Amino acid sequence: MKYKPNIQKIIPNESTDSKNMITFKVNGLEISRSVSTRLHLADFLRHEIGLTGTHVGCEHGVCGACTILLNGQAVRSCLTFAVQADGAEIHTIESEAEDDGTLSVLQQAFEDCHGLQCGFCTPGMIMNIRSYFNSNEKLDLSDDGIREIISGNLCRCTGYANIVSAVRQAAKQLGKG
Amino acid sequence: MSTRQFGARVKRNADPELLRGEGCFTDDIPLHGALHAAFVRSPFARAKILEIDVTEAVELEGVIAVYTCDDIGHLDQELPLLIPHDCMTDARTARPLARDDVYYVGQPVVMVVAINRYIAEDALLLIDIDYDPLEVEMGLEAAAMDGAPLVHDTHPNNVAADFTQISGDPSAAMQDADHVTRITVRVDRSTASALEARAVAAQFDHVSGQLTVWDGTQAPLAVRGGIASLFGLDEDKVRVIAPNVGGGFGQKIMFPHSDEVLVPLAAMTLGRPVKYIEDRRENFIGSNQERTQIHHMELFAKKTGEIIALRDNFLHDTGAFIPYGIAVPQVASTSIAGPYRIPNIEVSFKAIYTPATPVSPYRGCGRPHACFAIERAIDQLADELGMDRMEIRRINLIADDEFPYERDGLIFADGLKVIQDSGQYTKALEMVRAKIGWDGFAEKQKAAQAEGRYLGMGLAFYVEGTGLGPYEGGHIKIHPITGKAYVNTGLTSQGQGHETVFAQIVSDQLGIAVEDVIVVEGDSGAFDWGVATFASRAAVCSGNAIHKTAIKVRKKIIEAAANMLEADLSEIELEDGYALVAGTNRKVALSAVATATNPLRYAFNEAAKAATQFAPASRHDGPALAEGQQPGLEDTDFFSPDCATWAYGVHAAIVEIDPVTCKVDFHKYVCIHDCGNMINPTIVEGQVLGGFAQGIAGALYEKIEFDEDGNPINASFVDFLIPYATEIPSIEIHHLETPAPNNPLGVKGVGEAGCIAVGATVASGIQDAMKHKSNAVFRQTPITPSMIHEGLFKTSS
Ligand code: FES
Ligand code: FES
Repeated sequence: MKYKPNIQKIIPNESTDSKNMITFKVNGLEISRSVSTRLHLADFLRHEIGLTGTHVGCEHGVCGACTILLNGQAVRSCLTFAVQADGAEIHTIESEAEDDGTLSVLQQAFEDCHGLQCGFCTPGMIMNIRSYFNSNEKLDLSDDGIREIISGNLCRCTGYANIVSAVRQAAKQLGKG
Repeated sequence: MSTRQFGARVKRNADPELLRGEGCFTDDIPLHGALHAAFVRSPFARAKILEIDVTEAVELEGVIAVYTCDDIGHLDQELPLLIPHDCMTDARTARPLARDDVYYVGQPVVMVVAINRYIAEDALLLIDIDYDPLEVEMGLEAAAMDGAPLVHDTHPNNVAADFTQISGDPSAAMQDADHVTRITVRVDRSTASALEARAVAAQFDHVSGQLTVWDGTQAPLAVRGGIASLFGLDEDKVRVIAPNVGGGFGQKIMFPHSDEVLVPLAAMTLGRPVKYIEDRRENFIGSNQERTQIHHMELFAKKTGEIIALRDNFLHDTGAFIPYGIAVPQVASTSIAGPYRIPNIEVSFKAIYTPATPVSPYRGCGRPHACFAIERAIDQLADELGMDRMEIRRINLIADDEFPYERDGLIFADGLKVIQDSGQYTKALEMVRAKIGWDGFAEKQKAAQAEGRYLGMGLAFYVEGTGLGPYEGGHIKIHPITGKAYVNTGLTSQGQGHETVFAQIVSDQLGIAVEDVIVVEGDSGAFDWGVATFASRAAVCSGNAIHKTAIKVRKKIIEAAANMLEADLSEIELEDGYALVAGTNRKVALSAVATATNPLRYAFNEAAKAATQFAPASRHDGPALAEGQQPGLEDTDFFSPDCATWAYGVHAAIVEIDPVTCKVDFHKYVCIHDCGNMINPTIVEGQVLGGFAQGIAGALYEKIEFDEDGNPINASFVDFLIPYATEIPSIEIHHLETPAPNNPLGVKGVGEAGCIAVGATVASGIQDAMKHKSNAVFRQTPITPSMIHEGLFKTSS
């Protein structure tokens, strides 16, 4: 077999899927795009605007790796169509650290406590925890309480114990307990 | 820098990027104009393919190419048998795309490449395939019986491999036994379920002839070798990079999965980059799995409890193909006697083809099975002899002065002898006795029983041959501009923190801060000697290779610096990125030393000026580089272990069963473990914790289930129960450090350790919790609430 390209077909750059114009704010920046109606939000964030920090672990709403904040609520971006986010305000993991890269208290706690290994679940974990930290409710910082907070996110590497410590450390530091 | 980094709880170099979402996993790599692949997979466990009609799919707008086995040229062949062994005859492996027959639900039959994954998936639905389904037998034991439907006509009784190993003189020893315990145990099929499923992307540059493949694999160098030989390309023209990989746990050691050869093929023939990002369902049905084994074990003992012989006969489910050879059952066979002296062993297995997803190692690789068999058997022996479970173990443990303990006649998965090299088994047992509160437990249990509660104590010991050869390498170079150390090795990380532990090793030798040691692994373009990440071997093999290299580079630095500082070799110390003369303020930065050792013509910066031909410092008689001398501060070395090094540990748990919900509650779980000298205790604990969670998963939750036609019925995260944080109990970890005698750093592997003993510990605890009421035995994992429920009503005799 020769590894020469076949006579090149015309490869369209875009699908003929129906499209809709949407406008929303991502990490503080207003964005308008025409998106395929059936594109889910995680794919949009990752592949259309390059925010690859949001990860996709199952695409059926169970693992939580794709968690983002949509109008302040933790939302699974794999179960949300991009068009549903029209007019919304979105925050992804890329908004968590300072602009100069300094880690947030929560991120720092993950580093301090060895709360991540492969790091694939981590952005979703952090965004989920962020939604709790942003709310004004007092958090139950017992082991069981914290495990409940992160009980929507699968992690296959850490066995969770160090994530529990990280949440506790950050919550205490931020006066959330 | 005077504090030793080896052994310190250093934070991980990789974390800040990953935490900011700046990690780069395969699907994150921006490949302009990339096309996307998707597969039509067999909906039948065993069938003849009568006809494949792709015409409608080809015509769908946005579809670029559709491949059946007829369209992939010479790649239409059985893929390599990766680990050949004499006990397999005519070992069967899969073709990239099925031809004529399909052998499991999930087997790739047609590949579609389209401009995006959505359209590729649309096209899958337009492909029409006519199958003639054949009869199947999904039960492992039934599949091995006469008359069972065959997966491959070539293999009667579905036997893929049949192998017996003998140590000592078991037949003679069996005659001397006062008591024989017989037990049958079973471990069920599971899957690694790394949170990032598998992923491959490829790009072919027609100008340079270079094929670049990004692959979420544990074995980039092996993948490169495989692709180069299948495509008939020079190895140097194939670059395989494992970027950030979202967990591996063994599934990603297997190669090539079909996509790993077909995605490169498509990239080469279509002239565009191509990606295949496996979705979760595909991972469940298409990517290799592990675990089902059924062991029939007999322990031959004296009245005293001393076990003088062991016979184990087991069936191993290898799925539809056996590409990874007998690695899993061979590890199970050779780990079968655990930490116990048992001088006479007969262990045999049959690997059986079943019409299911093929089997290759998943974290533990046969060790959890062996541990489950021997530990359940020992519990039963203790019961039958009326002995304490702790005591029977104690008297059978290999004593400290018996190391190295060779199991003559057994050959490990690396082709070398089984020699349990070192350990303090008795001390570990005593530690767990104290930490779990073994001695006072009987009264507590009685008291609980009096209140109608079900409280039990579980116990299990495990051993783990780690750090298997053949070898790994390490390359270190000090960069002249930054003075940072760049380190390469051939294996790759899926989150284990190699980049940090290897940096610690280098830091100690070169006096460079850990964060200034940049470890690059998993890129065949950076360093291409080595094997892969499996068998808890990275710290042992690459760690020692890097250590040996660092010692060489240290020597080079000291020689050059002594020259520059006009001091004696013995006076030079390396600290904080400088070489300095002890007790003085004379010092020179390593960047300057690196520059000075590279004779230059051009002065591109201040440091370089000193290395140019007319600079005073570089005047010499004769050539700028003396004969045999190499420029710069750089070296490479290798480490090849003479045999595996054996880690071990012991787990104990106090469990309580809720008789209404049949939920298992953990009051306390203690893990004592010994992986030799620890490079970074935090990372070691992380490995143990993660392994432990997978152990709990296997003990109580996870099982791949098939209906009788061979359809996986729980192939999603909804139905396959991976534990969340709410299901994983807290665990107390205690370290023991017995240095490995057979490698310079004295380290042993720890990657798999955490999961091995959990199933046996939990089963032992559950059985103990209900023994006052029921004679139920727990000899199978996972243990489901229904099994517990049934157990509770088995009246005691
Ligand atoms: S990817 Fe969205 S929940 Fe798993
Ligand atoms: S760190 Fe790997 S999945 Fe959580």
